Amino acid sequence: MDNIKKSLPDSVNKKGGIMLLSGVIILLAAFVFEPQRAFFDYLWIYMFLVSIGVGSLALVGLEYLVGATWSTPFRRVTEILASLTPVLIILVIPLFFGLHDLFHWTHHEVVESDKILQSKSPYLNVEFFSIRTAFCLLLWLVFFFMITRNSEKQDLDGNPLYTKKNIMLSTIFTPFFVITITVTSIDWMMSLEPHWFSTIYGVYYFAGTVVASFAATTCAAVFLKEGGYLDPRIKNDSFYSLGTLMFGFNVFWAYIGFSQYLLIWYADLPEETFWLIHRWEGSWMFVSIALLFVHFIIPFLVLVGRRAKTNIGLLKIMAPWMLFAHALDLYWLIFPTYFKGNAGFSWPELSFPLIVIGLTMIVFKTVSDRKNMIPVKDPKLQAGLDFHL
Amino acid sequence: MFGRILNKFNEEFLKSEPRKGELFAVSALYDTPDQIITAAEKVSGSGYRKFDVLTPYPMHGLDAAMRLRETKIGWVGLLAGMSGTTLAFVMIWWMVGIDYKNVIGGKPFFNIPPSIPIMFELTILLSALTLVAFLIAVFNKLPSNANPLMDTEFMKHVTSDKFGIYIEAKDPKFNQSEVKTLFSSFGASKIYDINSVAYDEGKTKNPILDFKFIGNIIGIGIVTALVSYFILNVLLFLPPFNWMHHQAKVLPQTESKFFKDGFSMRKPVEGTVARGFIPYEFKGMHDTMIVETPNPLPVTKKVLERGKNRFDIYCSPCHGYYGKGDSRLRGQFPVPPTLHSEKVRNWKDANIYHVITNGQNVMPSYEKSISRDDRWAIIHYLRVLQRSQNAPDSDLEGK
Repeated sequence: MDNIKKSLPDSVNKKGGIMLLSGVIILLAAFVFEPQRAFFDYLWIYMFLVSIGVGSLALVGLEYLVGATWSTPFRRVTEILASLTPVLIILVIPLFFGLHDLFHWTHHEVVESDKILQSKSPYLNVEFFSIRTAFCLLLWLVFFFMITRNSEKQDLDGNPLYTKKNIMLSTIFTPFFVITITVTSIDWMMSLEPHWFSTIYGVYYFAGTVVASFAATTCAAVFLKEGGYLDPRIKNDSFYSLGTLMFGFNVFWAYIGFSQYLLIWYADLPEETFWLIHRWEGSWMFVSIALLFVHFIIPFLVLVGRRAKTNIGLLKIMAPWMLFAHALDLYWLIFPTYFKGNAGFSWPELSFPLIVIGLTMIVFKTVSDRKNMIPVKDPKLQAGLDFHL
Repeated sequence: MFGRILNKFNEEFLKSEPRKGELFAVSALYDTPDQIITAAEKVSGSGYRKFDVLTPYPMHGLDAAMRLRETKIGWVGLLAGMSGTTLAFVMIWWMVGIDYKNVIGGKPFFNIPPSIPIMFELTILLSALTLVAFLIAVFNKLPSNANPLMDTEFMKHVTSDKFGIYIEAKDPKFNQSEVKTLFSSFGASKIYDINSVAYDEGKTKNPILDFKFIGNIIGIGIVTALVSYFILNVLLFLPPFNWMHHQAKVLPQTESKFFKDGFSMRKPVEGTVARGFIPYEFKGMHDTMIVETPNPLPVTKKVLERGKNRFDIYCSPCHGYYGKGDSRLRGQFPVPPTLHSEKVRNWKDANIYHVITNGQNVMPSYEKSISRDDRWAIIHYLRVLQRSQNAPDSDLEGK
C-alpha cells in the first residue's frame, strides 16, 4: 500500500483566514450598532458549528458502533471535521456575555411577574444552565480526544485492539450524545421562547444535525477526492452510502418536523400554536415555505434515485445544498424571536457564512496537516476500498 | 443421535419428485461467495444471456459481475406509489369533505395535514403490493403457476446454505455438455439438470387456470374459513368456556320469558318514591294554595357554598351570577326579570321553592335536576344575594 500523504495547499489557510477575519469584523461592527442582533447572529453560528462538529463526532461513533466497512476510507475526514468540537469551548464564552440579550428568562424582574417562568425556574436559571452547557462541552471534548487518539494510534501499527476500544467508547458515547444534543437544543434554542415547549424539539434538532454532518462529510470527501487528496482507489460506489444516509436522515428530519407540526395543528392550543404563528407572519411565511422545499422536497426528488447517490457531480451540488438547508433551518428556529413579524437579512447576517466557512477551512487545514487523510492501517480499510454495489 | 435425526430430516426435505418435462435449465451449486462471483463473471463473459444467480442473502458486486442493466422495477414502484398517494388524497377529500361532513375541533371539513399520514400509508401499501404482485408474475412466468426451479434440490440449497447459478435451455448458445464443463471448470460442488414441471405424460405446462390448481386453492380457502369459524364461534363457547356470557341478570332490550307481557323491564309499583326525591305535595297548584313551610336548612357556610355552587350551575345561565337577569344567554332566550325586585324580596322561602319546583311562565320545573335540600340551599344563597344588593342601613354599623 502506498498512501503518499498530500497536504492541502497553504492557500486554504489564507482564504479561510481572510473569510474568518472579515466575518469577525462584520460581527464586531454589528455588535457596536445592534448588540442584540449580533448575539443572535453569533448564536446561529455557534449552533451550526455544534451541528457540524459534534454531529461528525457522533457519525464516527455510529460507524464504529454498527461496524460499517464502507465508511472506513471517509472516517478520517469525519474525524477532522469533528475537530471543531474543542474549538466550541472557546466559542461558547462570548455567548455567556449575551445571555441577557438572548434569553428573556435571565431577567429577574421578568421572572418575578411571570407565573410560567417561575414554575420553570428550577431548570431555567443561569447557574444550572451554565453547568449543563459545561457538562455537555466537556463530555464531547473527552470523547473526541479518546476516540480520535485511538484512531490515530492505529495509523502506526494497525493493531485491531484500537478498533475494539473505539467500539466500546462509541457504545458509551452514542446515548450520551443523544441526551446532550437534546439538552443543548432545548437550552440554547427552545428557551429563546421560554413559554413554548415541544417534546420532540430535541429529536428535530438531532435529525438536522445528522443530516448536516453527513452533508459536511460528503462535501469534504467529494472536494478532497477531486483534488486527489484521498486514496485513488476510492470508487464512486463508496459514496453511495453517504448519499443514502444523507437522504434517509433528511426524510427522518421531515418526518419529525411534520409530526411536531401535525400535533400542534390538531390540538390547536394557544400555548403551542403561537410559535408556529410567529413563523407564518409577514415574510416569515416565505421562509417557512422555502424551508419545506429547500430542506425536504427538492433534495428528496433529486436524491431518491439510485444513480443519484453515486453521481459525484450531483453530490458536489447536493452536499453544500444540504448544509445551506440546515443553516436555513437554524435561522428559522432562532431568528423569529428577534425579527418579530417579518424576516430580516442584512449585512450583520453575512458574518454567518464567512465565519462558518472560514473557521472550518482553517481547522480542517491545521488538523489535516498533522494526520493522514485516510486511516492507513485500519483493519477494515481494504474491505472499505473494495466496497461496491 | 440428535444430529442423525436432523440429517434424516434434511435428506427428506431435499428429496423431490422426479419430473418428466423437457429440459428447462442446467444449474450448479457453489460453496463460497467468491466462487459465485467468478462464476457469474465467467458465464456472462462467455456470452450467455438467459441465466440467473440465486444466493441466500443479497451480495454486493453481483450486479456488475452479471453485467445486468439497471432494473426498471423502481419505476413500477414509483408509479404504484404515486397512484396510492392520489387515491388516498381523493378518498379523504371525498369522505370528509363531501360525503360525511363532520365538524372536528372547529376546523374546516377537509384539511391537508391530517391527510398526509394516510397518503403516506397508501403510498407504501400500494407500491409494496404492486411489487409483490410483479414479483409473483415475473418469477412464476404467468400464466404458469410456478417457476420450474421451485421444489427442486437446487432451490432448497440456494435458499439455505449454497450459492447457485443456472443457464436456461432457451439461451441461443445453450449446449448441455458445454454448460456442464463450463460450470465444473470453476469448481461447482454439484450440477443438476432441471426439467420442466410435468408429472403426467404429455403435459408440459402448469397453467394458472389448471383445474387441479384452482380447485386446491379454493378447497384450502373453504377449509380454512370453516375451521376458523368453528374455532372462533363454536369451540370457544362450548360449555366449560362460556366466558360468563350467560348470567342470571336481565339484559336491556331483551325479551322476558317469565312475565306475560314479555317485557324484562318492569314499571315501578304505584306510589314508588325514588331515593332522595320526595314528591312535592303542591305540584301544579297555584301559588296561593301552598302551605308556607319555613326553610328546613340552617344558614351555615357549608349550606351557602352548596347553594352558590348549584345556583351558578343551574340558575345563573338565565338569571346571571348576581340574579340581576343579566344572563349569558341574552338574546337567545327570554330574559327573566331581576330577583332583586320588591316582589321577590318579600316572597316567603316557600314561594321561591314553589317556583323552582313547579316552574313559572317560561321557566321549566327543576324538580328532576336539583334535589330537595339543594333547592333550599339555593334559596338561602339567593337571600344572601338580595341582601348584598339591598343592604339596610343597619348593616353599616360594625359589630
